[in-house]
Amino acid sequence: MQLLEMIWTFFKVGICTFGGGYAMLPVIQREVVDRKKWATQEEILDYYAVGQCTPGVIAVNTATFVGYKHAGVLGGVLCSLGFVLPSLLIILCIAAVLSNFAELAAVKNAFAGIRVCVCVLILNSVVKLWKSAVKDRLTLCVFLLVFAAMAAAKYGFGVNLSPVLFVLLSAVGGLVLNALGKELK
Amino acid sequence: MIYLRLFWEFFKTGLFSVGGGLATLPFLYGMGEKTGWFTTADVADMLAVSESTPGGIGVNMATYAGYTAAGVPGGIIATLGLITPSILVILLVAVVLDRFRRSRVVQNAFYLLRPCSTALIAAAGLSVFVLVLLEPGAAALLSLVRWKALALMTVLWLLTNVCKPTKKLHPIVFIAFSALCGIVLGLGGA
Repeated sequence: MQLLEMIWTFFKVGICTFGGGYAMLPVIQREVVDRKKWATQEEILDYYAVGQCTPGVIAVNTATFVGYKHAGVLGGVLCSLGFVLPSLLIILCIAAVLSNFAELAAVKNAFAGIRVCVCVLILNSVVKLWKSAVKDRLTLCVFLLVFAAMAAAKYGFGVNLSPVLFVLLSAVGGLVLNALGKELK
Repeated sequence: MIYLRLFWEFFKTGLFSVGGGLATLPFLYGMGEKTGWFTTADVADMLAVSESTPGGIGVNMATYAGYTAAGVPGGIIATLGLITPSILVILLVAVVLDRFRRSRVVQNAFYLLRPCSTALIAAAGLSVFVLVLLEPGAAALLSLVRWKALALMTVLWLLTNVCKPTKKLHPIVFIAFSALCGIVLGLGGA
């Protein structure tokens, strides 16, 4: 019964994910963190950080993490399957009957509207995550540096820096501070 | 036999694409050339559909590519192939993390990882903002901003943050609402 609930929860996450793994955050926060309490905001952030540097689709990585934490290996597998189920159903239908789907005027317009919504939902997610991530001057500096570097690279030089770089640097930074005996948290 | 090969090809794609759905794109181009399952133009179509339907982009593309190569079972098998490495690697990482979670070393590493993660998400959000709000290559400053999109954005922000009766609604409600607004306002310019 509980396993079914896990599939269903991530089915809903999959349905609400438009335009990449970040768009699933608001739904994860609502379904997994607020309602089911299967993970905390901090854990979701940790999963995202690990998911950036490990192979595969970030959303599936996050689903596996949450599922494993809550119900072991089977939970990890079922949450991932739940997440990909909407893709399977929807894409197979579209591929079979509507190969010009993305060209339809209604689809283009609807998707432009959805993108606006995704912006706002991501903004709301970031505000929530901020509270569990930015706690002092040090963490504020990390946030500002990473954000500024990503934005400057993209809009100043037209390059997309790899998130892996920043994740590794931050982890190393944390380890160095630890070695220096600085008490964090 | 093609099913086995599909699984294997997508398994490799899942294993080597680090950093999200779009990272699978170069692998799909390569796969199409190598196997003849689909053409470069097919991949462009798949990407367009995958970006405008629910679900992870990488997962959607795997389903579509698998279907193009070998029908409905192909779509299912390609998708399972893509996510198998994720599941295996993450289970491994999760087991290790569980064991060391309480250690001060790991706690300190994550203490700095969290603001980094948040900043990466914010940066991804920023690029959607720019895409949605700014007209590419517009000459005058005022024609640079997409006013309809900005108006819809303001309304959505108010609905999700300020307006009491709506702010607790499920995100899917707002997604459906903005899809409708997009059609009514002709936001996509189509």
